[in-house]
Amino acid sequence: MTAERAPAHAPEAVDPECGGPSGSGPFLKVFADAAAALTDLHSGAVVMSGGFGLCGIPECSIAELLRRGVRDLTLISNNIGNRGKGLAQLLKSGQVRHAICSYVGGNPDLEAQFFAGELTLELVPQGTFAERIRAGGAGIRAFFTPTGVGTVVAEGKEVRDFDRPCLLETGLRADFALIKAQRGDAYGNLWFKESARNFSPLMATAATVTVAEVEELVPLGTLPAEDIHCPGIFVQRIYQGSHYENAIEYPILRSP
Amino acid sequence: MTHPPSSDTQAMRRGWSDAALAAEVARAIPPRSVVNLGIGLPTQVAEYLDPAACIMIHSENGLLGVEGRPTQATLSPTRINAGKESVDVRLGAAYFDSALSFAMIRGGHVNLAILGGMQVDVEGSLANWSVPGRKLTGMGGAMDLVTGAQAVWVMMRHADRSGAPKLLARCTLPLTGVRVVQRIITELGWFSPNGTHFEALSLAPGVTLCDLGDPALFRGGQALPSASGAASGASDL
Repeated sequence: MTAERAPAHAPEAVDPECGGPSGSGPFLKVFADAAAALTDLHSGAVVMSGGFGLCGIPECSIAELLRRGVRDLTLISNNIGNRGKGLAQLLKSGQVRHAICSYVGGNPDLEAQFFAGELTLELVPQGTFAERIRAGGAGIRAFFTPTGVGTVVAEGKEVRDFDRPCLLETGLRADFALIKAQRGDAYGNLWFKESARNFSPLMATAATVTVAEVEELVPLGTLPAEDIHCPGIFVQRIYQGSHYENAIEYPILRSP
Repeated sequence: MTHPPSSDTQAMRRGWSDAALAAEVARAIPPRSVVNLGIGLPTQVAEYLDPAACIMIHSENGLLGVEGRPTQATLSPTRINAGKESVDVRLGAAYFDSALSFAMIRGGHVNLAILGGMQVDVEGSLANWSVPGRKLTGMGGAMDLVTGAQAVWVMMRHADRSGAPKLLARCTLPLTGVRVVQRIITELGWFSPNGTHFEALSLAPGVTLCDLGDPALFRGGQALPSASGAASGASDL
């Protein structure tokens, strides 16, 4: 999670010598399933997870963390699940020690555990949250933003006056980023559907190991090179998931 | 009791209904604006926009060009607004990641943000994300929106569920932003915080200055009592 950490090197992440499992395919990035791709995700890990509410969440990787029972996780995700689903399952099972997120509304498990003192919570304004991840992945150690000046978010932070007062915010990194895309190829190039993109391409840049699950693993060359939302350089492991629920929190239809 | 509870509540409430309030706000948004609508009451404004006004609705989860609701046939789990509700998109819409979405907000490219509120004070400071020890929603994108949008309106009820006023001399809840709000719209009218009190720009039909609460906090504005005052007063954002 420190901004000082050297950028992850993609080949190392899949090198068996470094303790990571080796994948298949020409770039050794393709894994059979979540279990194979996440064998070295350990208790105490700092884990970023893409998704806005339940839209675009890595369902299969979350299910694997639940099955494995890894504990004391630090989760970095906009909502930490919603309505008992997604990462909220890991809250219910007591696997989360610390959460960094921007919005808790709609997530009663998180609100209850925070007030009960069962986990610690860092609430970050959503734009600052996104930019801290972008910065962490881009080698920017810190940046100044006017967001949060005069609020509790400013407590303990350096304030500097440019055209207006700004807060110093630091980049965020993680051990693992778990993301989901609609399509991906063997190099890890990803294409997201509609608004499911949200934080995922940013998180892919900011973790030592990025594990992407996709609904469709397509042959190299299928995704037009101009239309790739997340270049494969940021993805160390990829697998095709299955049985996606793709829940909509509030499915509201047009009045007839 | 043949009416649903919401109808009973609406009948008892003075001023605009939720639908009338949303329509009132929709009419005041200048054509071709880029507008971000917050969760709750502001989201309903989208239903009342005139398509000919070409207003682009920005949703901070990564979508510019929200328009209306899907049919069963077009419902898509990956097409949602920031309230996690299913939406449709208009011609000219675009999807993008969260960093670019907040570049639009923080970079001053969004003309207007309409947010919900728990409290607003006479200096235009807003509280809308936490009641310490009791309720925690998180600030989400609200702190970035009040900092970066070119104009900030707060759309909320005039009092909370217990009847306590939400337009105050000074906010008591944790702040979302300091001196950031230009307009407040409640079921009773349009207000502008001017540092020492709220100026009433226009009032809903049948509402008088006496209905607004603490007389020391409210003054009749120049636009009163003309019904068109809200639109003209608001159109400069």
